[in-house]
Amino acid sequence: MVAYAGWNMPTHYTSITEEHNAIRNAVGITDISHMGRLRFEGPGASVFLAETLTRRVADLALGQIRYSLVTNDQGGILDDVLVGRYHNAYGQPYYVLVVNAGNRAKIVRWIDQHLPPERANRHGEEIIWDDVSCLWSMFAIQGPRSVELLQPLVDVDLNVMRYYRGAQVRILHPAAQRQGGIISRTGYTGEDGFELVLGVDIARAVWETLYDLGQPFGIVPTGIGCRDTLRLEAGMPLYGHELTEQINPYQADLAFACHLSGYDFPGRDALREIKKQSLKAMRVGLELDGRRVAREGAAILLDGNKVGEVTSGTFSPTLQKPIAMGYLRTDLAEPGTNLMVDIRGRQQSAVVVPLPFYRRPTKGGKK
Amino acid sequence: MNPEELLYAKTHEWVHVAADDAGSKIVTVGLSSFALEALTDLVFLDLPDVGREVRAAEPFGEVESVKAVSDLYSPVNGEIVDVNQKLVDNLENLPKDPYGIGWLAKIKVTDESGLANLMDYPTYKKQCEEEA
Repeated sequence: MVAYAGWNMPTHYTSITEEHNAIRNAVGITDISHMGRLRFEGPGASVFLAETLTRRVADLALGQIRYSLVTNDQGGILDDVLVGRYHNAYGQPYYVLVVNAGNRAKIVRWIDQHLPPERANRHGEEIIWDDVSCLWSMFAIQGPRSVELLQPLVDVDLNVMRYYRGAQVRILHPAAQRQGGIISRTGYTGEDGFELVLGVDIARAVWETLYDLGQPFGIVPTGIGCRDTLRLEAGMPLYGHELTEQINPYQADLAFACHLSGYDFPGRDALREIKKQSLKAMRVGLELDGRRVAREGAAILLDGNKVGEVTSGTFSPTLQKPIAMGYLRTDLAEPGTNLMVDIRGRQQSAVVVPLPFYRRPTKGGKK
Repeated sequence: MNPEELLYAKTHEWVHVAADDAGSKIVTVGLSSFALEALTDLVFLDLPDVGREVRAAEPFGEVESVKAVSDLYSPVNGEIVDVNQKLVDNLENLPKDPYGIGWLAKIKVTDESGLANLMDYPTYKKQCEEEA
């Protein structure tokens, strides 16, 4: 177990590699209730979120989800989030913002600051929001068998649910009674899979059912150890490593998440300026020779001079070699560039490679 | 080797003390199963060259897993007289048999005062229970 952002979480149940491979080849279930979940509703919710997030929100279709950032006035990254639009059982729209556990308190404060009562109560543009993180649990069910596993538990057709789409569903479980939940085809593993939000009171019963139903598929309960190796192979940044308040979205290779011509959000003007300038360093992927792992803080060297720094690294269970992400001087960031990494005082050769390290095999045009 | 008859360092190395033909003390060092369970998924083991001088409580090698890297600490001042080089390419044998074919290094003791800092099995077991 490891303490993380106020939660005690298992790094692994069996072994990181076994759990990693289960998600790549079959299915795994991870309790990700530590993630923060914020719920917004009311006629002003859409515009408020558009004025808070770097990505377009106002045009989100029902059941659509987008990856977005929250930036500070300087354009530094406060958090990376998923925002989704759903309808409740009465057809009223609401939004769910999924934030990082370690940033939840910060983002709640940020929203409080930007949403004073006079704004939240403005006639005709009312906004009601709440941090529902401790009322709702969240599971990541990831892997090629996840559709088969989950289908009996929800009343929507998961086969036709597209990537980055979701829905409020009825959970078909005796413990759920008439309780709903939210299911989305999203994840942090680079594999096909879903994230399921459900009431804390039924979470355990549903977990146990999923575990039983998953036996024929080779289900493995998966900890946060393999969550890290999976997201690294998928080239996904992790807040606190690749993303910090000192990093801007362009350096982090997240330009796609910045929509600068729509609503004005904190940091938009700063990002317009940053976009015009050339970047000193940018996020890259590295593959290393040998088997030693370049971990956070390891210096990236060219001719003995520091030209970058590793932000996270691991031994890739899929590629069977050490991989890392880090920030590297932009003129060296071209894939194929040979460099050295200082691993605890000894140098190891490395090469810049395109991200992601791993891309799942595509099936018949499905994204 | 029987884990209950070994000595243990705070840093999870097990230590077996014996004498060679000339009467010098030789310690065999390995990693406890507790440490190996916590590391899981070993990917790399670095052992010192034979002949290297080592000092008590200073690193003589490292073991790396997917999760983390750990130094291997010498329990005594001495000289490396043998290392289990075969293990480096057969890392799966380390967690499989940490007290047998998973031994790491043999050190000829020049100053055995470090041995006084080691724990017996019941004391070590208690430390592990507290860490778990």
